[in-house]
Amino acid sequence: MKHIISILMENEAGALSRVAGLFSARAYNIESLTVAPTEDATLSRMTIVTSGSDDVIEQIIKQLNKLIDVVKVLDLNDGRFIERELMLVKVKATGPFRDEMKRMCDIFRGRIIDVADGSYTIELTGSGSKLDAFLEALDNAAILETVRTGASGIGRGDRILKL
Amino acid sequence: MELSGAEIVIRCLHEENVKFVFGYPGGAVLNIYDAIFTQDKFKHILVRHEQAAVHAADAYARATGEVGVALVTSGPGATNAITGIATAYMDSIPLVVISGQVPTPAIGLDAFQEVDMIGITRPCVKHNFLVKDIKDIATTMKKAFFIAATGRPGPVVVDIPKDITAQLADFEYPKSVELRSYTPILKGHSGQIKKAIKLMLDAKRPMIYSGGGVVLGDASEQLIKLARRLGFPVTNTLMGLGGYPSTDKQFVGMLGMHGTLEANMSMQDCDVLVAIGARFDDRVIGNPEHFFNKNRTIIHIDVDPSSISKRVKVDVPIVGHVQSVLTEMNELLDAETRAPDAAALKAWWTQIEEWRGRNCLSYNRNSEIIKPQYVIEKLWEVTKGDAYVTSDVGQHQMWAAQYYKFDKPRRWINSGGLGTMGVGLPYAMGVQFADPTAQVACVTGEGSIQMNIQELSTCKQFHLPIKVILLNNRYLGMVRQWQQFFYENRYSESYMDSLPDFVKLAESYGHVGMNIEKPGDVEGALTEAFNLKDRFVFMNFLTDQNENVFPMVPNGKGLSEIILAEEL
Repeated sequence: MKHIISILMENEAGALSRVAGLFSARAYNIESLTVAPTEDATLSRMTIVTSGSDDVIEQIIKQLNKLIDVVKVLDLNDGRFIERELMLVKVKATGPFRDEMKRMCDIFRGRIIDVADGSYTIELTGSGSKLDAFLEALDNAAILETVRTGASGIGRGDRILKL
Repeated sequence: MELSGAEIVIRCLHEENVKFVFGYPGGAVLNIYDAIFTQDKFKHILVRHEQAAVHAADAYARATGEVGVALVTSGPGATNAITGIATAYMDSIPLVVISGQVPTPAIGLDAFQEVDMIGITRPCVKHNFLVKDIKDIATTMKKAFFIAATGRPGPVVVDIPKDITAQLADFEYPKSVELRSYTPILKGHSGQIKKAIKLMLDAKRPMIYSGGGVVLGDASEQLIKLARRLGFPVTNTLMGLGGYPSTDKQFVGMLGMHGTLEANMSMQDCDVLVAIGARFDDRVIGNPEHFFNKNRTIIHIDVDPSSISKRVKVDVPIVGHVQSVLTEMNELLDAETRAPDAAALKAWWTQIEEWRGRNCLSYNRNSEIIKPQYVIEKLWEVTKGDAYVTSDVGQHQMWAAQYYKFDKPRRWINSGGLGTMGVGLPYAMGVQFADPTAQVACVTGEGSIQMNIQELSTCKQFHLPIKVILLNNRYLGMVRQWQQFFYENRYSESYMDSLPDFVKLAESYGHVGMNIEKPGDVEGALTEAFNLKDRFVFMNFLTDQNENVFPMVPNGKGLSEIILAEEL
């Protein structure tokens, strides 16, 4: 099953490679990984999307906690949470495509953030599955380039991951 | 007063009461070596290869419980240390390894003797640090010692660029450090401990399985108290030997791939298993699916949460320092009115004695050729069971584990997790430095000893009275054994040809060398060697080439699928 794991860790050189190294050394999956500093500049927040059996996820959480640079770990799937990902897609926008692309973009509540002679660049935010759905809805030949940030997640309501 | 970075490093080691630093100089650590030259609070032990420096520091830690310290230069010095670091990591040994690094401005420019030590060691250390500011040296060193020694211990690397060791700064050593991201758990969960006690008292066929954690956590005394009070059988893992006295009647021997029949069968057939500081390693429980063919309730005490339910699902996990948890268990039992089920225990012991009666460690005592098992038995007799025994890796290691009856913890020093050939001699050095008057025996094979044979020179320099017990069968014995059983006798590259004359080799370093070729000479030679209290003695025993290690649970098989020597 897919899990979104949130990690609060020391904002230090090498901390990212410790987490990435752990996943490769122990053959855990990484579907996506994002990391950036928090409001507290000494801390970074990382979101990892991974998948595995319950036993594997349990080991992943334990092994992450064992890393000295890791301060706190939360499996977002243990409760209610919100998942968001940002995607930039450059699509062909010529002839009949030009209107079609605008319509699709509106349906998915995306924004066109760059317009060129033959192309649009669309910005789209949502859960990973919404972004997948958008890409599927487009004609593959129309997609020139795709950039995704990987998922970020946060607990709903009182579920807060903080020191 | 301002000190140089190098002097600060040395002062940190003084503050940590370090007595020995095992190392090898080189360009990037010249400043540190210059600072060593003018101090005498710790002794620097010059080895002949950086791998041996780390192994010796590792053995020093295993024998004393203190943090071992090694010092190596950048580049090849650092990479040579890796096997030593990985060995310590797998067995959870507290080490601080200081490595030199090229000067900060040169990092990343493929400088002479540059290697990314932080990157290379990341998967085999508990933690590592690159010191980029002289002001960070003292806190980093304090953190390194703290992290290495607490929780589940392990090696910590401190990589220091050369320019940092030359700069000047004030020195103040922190009294303590706090790491918000690292707070080792000491006390176990009381509710879980109570639950465990109840299960233990209700058990019909209980079993205690204790590992290296009991030795590292200094919990031997508490384990003995618990086991004697309950009357349960006890088995030790390879790493746990000595944690419970081997000569005690409740001890059923080592378990696992080359464990005794009684230990493996009890492990398989018990109804309540108490795992203490052990991690259900693949060499210990064999095939996990087969292990689960039988139902049993498992209580698991370990300081590392990630060791729990890693290979085997357990019923009552107790995360905590084994010494603290066992002490609490003993206190609860002191206040307990109930006793274990005597009738059930009696029946269980009757069954265990039946297995024990098979005498699974018997071997041919009338052989004309020296049997390796016989050498170990005589070693035990001659040293009155009180020696430190280091070993390398292979058949001789298993025979030493099976036939030397360790009654005390920290006496059996070997590479259990990583299985590193070549540790034996440097391990013996580390132990001999830790306890200069102790009897130290290095049980080895002709393959392993040659992996760090250069250390004969270090032993000469420091007059180490180690006794090398070379069980020389002219084969990489364990490889040959597997080739015999599983590869239809195709002995691919396992014959050791072109051996040196070990006696002459030892003598060339000023040591005493002995060849022993007949069973009748074994005891006399050992006695003579151990009577040479101030000499290094290299004993070359020509042993039976075809001897195999039994019992054996073949790879991928279950514990009760154990093969005894008599069955082949």
